[in-house]
Amino acid sequence: MKYAYYPGCSLEATAGEYDRSVRTVCAHLGIELQELPDWSCCGASSGHSTNRQLAQALAGRNLALAERVGLDMAVACPACYLQMRSTCREVRDNSQNREELVRLIDMPYEARYDTRHLLDIIYNDIGLEELKKKVVRPLEALPLVSYYGCYLVRPPEVVGFDDSENPQSMDKLLAALGAEVKDWSGKVNCCGGGLSLNRREIASRLVAEISEMACRAGAQAMVTACPLCHSNLEMRQADGKQNKLPVFYFTELIGLAVGIDEAASWMRKHLISPSSLLASHDL
Amino acid sequence: MQYVAKNVSVIGDTGFSPKVKEASGTNIDRCYQCLTCSLDCPVAFTMDYLPHQVVRLVQLGLRRKVLTSDAIWICANCETCATRCPKDVAIPRVMDTLRAMALQEKVVEKGKDIVVFHHTFLSNIRRWGRQYELSLLLQIKFKTRDFFSDLGLGLRILWQGKLKLRPPRLKDVTGVRAIFRRIDQSLARGEWT
Repeated sequence: MKYAYYPGCSLEATAGEYDRSVRTVCAHLGIELQELPDWSCCGASSGHSTNRQLAQALAGRNLALAERVGLDMAVACPACYLQMRSTCREVRDNSQNREELVRLIDMPYEARYDTRHLLDIIYNDIGLEELKKKVVRPLEALPLVSYYGCYLVRPPEVVGFDDSENPQSMDKLLAALGAEVKDWSGKVNCCGGGLSLNRREIASRLVAEISEMACRAGAQAMVTACPLCHSNLEMRQADGKQNKLPVFYFTELIGLAVGIDEAASWMRKHLISPSSLLASHDL
Repeated sequence: MQYVAKNVSVIGDTGFSPKVKEASGTNIDRCYQCLTCSLDCPVAFTMDYLPHQVVRLVQLGLRRKVLTSDAIWICANCETCATRCPKDVAIPRVMDTLRAMALQEKVVEKGKDIVVFHHTFLSNIRRWGRQYELSLLLQIKFKTRDFFSDLGLGLRILWQGKLKLRPPRLKDVTGVRAIFRRIDQSLARGEWT
């Protein structure tokens, strides 16, 4: 099982702990990640919000690089994941789009390979049974909610390895690690991460609503697969007056449960420290 | 909730709606104003026009009203409306198109702060090939002259070692810059989508 790994810009800086947990956990589970050589930014929301062709070309350059190494791409960030998949889809749907893209990036690209999110790969290809066998420190009685946010599940015709309204993959994965996963209705709400820097009052309100819902469901922490949701949920809870629930990356919790010693050091990078919560559950 | 149509007494630009339909690849004529988009939109509470009203404004050809609105910039592209629309109207694609049009026609009004963010974000990619988060945060502070909000948070993030001090390095950064140059050339020819 080998993939071209596309970390994305956040994983080089604000989400460094996500990157380290992804690499370590995948190696442990037998998923070989070869970092995509010389990858560049996917353009994210600033690309498609200003110019459609630019957005396609920035994602397309990376898709063409993955095609050059002949591997499907494994992506950690849902925003990058959506950009890659929608560009690939537009190229497959329309040969004119492909010609235009090839002209812009000045590289050959046939859209022959697939782009997948790491949650999809771990959940569907490794599978829960395999994962359960590797658990040495079950996250027993740790009350969590899984927070999917937007681009893991929407738009379903582009991404969609899980249900767009009530996804289950992360819930089942965390339950397989032994956690007490709470059902809640905030799992696909938007946290407003894209507005966190310039319209912070909007992001603060959305985050407050999400963490309030998580608390009401009885959770003591939230789990995400997105670097932008993670920093937004942390920052806007940290500067708010209400709940301050720790936020985990799903790969950090896999690392903890399968007994990777380094796992504690990943979480030291969090703004909201989970150490007292973990200590109270003997983890 | 008021329908925009009731207040409208001007005749709109009849070429506007077909142009938006073509560029966005979305048939907005299918919209029957059921309000699902606006009721489910997480940022509707702060929009000057709600998503269904934006669609109606486009249908009516009220170009200036919609292109100068705050709503098209506040939309976070969360894809909730597109997922739940019973008529498959991809409003996020319409928003992308309206934003690109507003930039091309230089009529951005209320969304200027968000445009500053997008342009800074993209100019960093053009320079380094990847996002350089520390530089992005500092530039936004200077450009918006807002030095004090989130200062404590910013310092904590820096202290936690969450920001890389050195800029990213790409071997083929000229390849990324060439993409931007070709887009500039398209824009200069008036191809804005």
